[in-house]
Amino acid sequence: MSGRHQSPKTENQMVFVTVGSTFFDALVKSVDSQQVKDELRKRGYTNLLIQMGRGFSIPSKSSGEDGSLAVDYFTFSPSIADYMRSASLIISHAGSGSIFETLRLGKPLIVVANEDLMDNHQIELAEVLADKKHLFCATPQTLHQTIRTMDLGSLLPYPPGEALPIANLMSKFLGFPPE
Amino acid sequence: MEGSQYRGYGMILLGAVVSITMIRLAYVLYWIGRPLRPLQKHLSTLIVLGSGGHTAEMLRLVNVLQKDRFVPRFYIAAGTDNMSLQKARVLEDSLLENKGIGNKNIEKLVYFEQIYRSREVGQSYITSIYTTMLALVHALWLMLKFRPEVIICNGPGTCIPICLVAFIFKVIGVRWSSIFYIESIARVRRLSLSGLLLYKLHLADQFYVQWPQLQRKYPRAHYVGCVM
Repeated sequence: MSGRHQSPKTENQMVFVTVGSTFFDALVKSVDSQQVKDELRKRGYTNLLIQMGRGFSIPSKSSGEDGSLAVDYFTFSPSIADYMRSASLIISHAGSGSIFETLRLGKPLIVVANEDLMDNHQIELAEVLADKKHLFCATPQTLHQTIRTMDLGSLLPYPPGEALPIANLMSKFLGFPPE
Repeated sequence: MEGSQYRGYGMILLGAVVSITMIRLAYVLYWIGRPLRPLQKHLSTLIVLGSGGHTAEMLRLVNVLQKDRFVPRFYIAAGTDNMSLQKARVLEDSLLENKGIGNKNIEKLVYFEQIYRSREVGQSYITSIYTTMLALVHALWLMLKFRPEVIICNGPGTCIPICLVAFIFKVIGVRWSSIFYIESIARVRRLSLSGLLLYKLHLADQFYVQWPQLQRKYPRAHYVGCVM
């Protein structure tokens, strides 16, 4: 599967879009819009691969032979991690799983908030990480602007977190001797 | 005349039951959150996996726990969640490989079980009363079966019936389980509903948050930094 999306040419620059385990049609429509595709092409990206989940908005496929952006999509796949690894830019929903997976890979990331969700707390995480310059934040409406103005050089690597403080507090509370 | 005498005894009995319950409740609430002294070599531990990002955070913690202290381990996940128990099993298998213990022993040390989920996304409130009751009964059954000394949870709602049953067990003296709750990394400014419930009702013995903003708002919480 992945061979189809990557040609052996080194100048291949793939953008991977993921909506997570449900659907996010507003994001799929946004990345499939001419405006966003033009901005991506201007920034030198050559391929656009969309994981669209079980949404109803089907992107328009394109082989990209005429010099435009090559577009492909799929619903779900067990090898999302492989697509992330081969991408040059990731555009993701605001779920913590895919945010931290992308940050661990050290890939540039634009998080797009789903404004249709009722309890939209997920935006909090994206915003605080954007403040710390680990990623960019956008909405489906502002995505093209973010792509145009983003400065990839300004992003800082994310230092992985640590669960040991919790384990130590628990052990202390339970009366275990310190190691 | 006799009737009123019985009524008098009844009132005294009722008064006694109510005061004993109140004293016991006060006693339990006093001891929740206070460190334990006993020194057992190991404690049976219930780990509630919440699905998706919750499970990922929980397994990061399990990975660094001193495994010989938190044993046996019971993992539970919602019945609608197929991935979490599988991920926990992969982690436990990798621990075994590291230690070089045969596969025989894991059966006695690690258990995996699914729990009835109290409310699905978008379910109506009327049917969720019924399903919540079912979830409570199932939680009661699992808690009677495991009677864990330690409960580790991090939301979402799956952990609420378990924590409620654990509290009732504390009050009636069936089992004292220490409850540790870790609020999700995705909660930066506001607690989740599960977190808020456990915090406000004083159900958790220790309550951890991953962002300093939250700790300032909820001073009984411990700020532990990001686990992811």
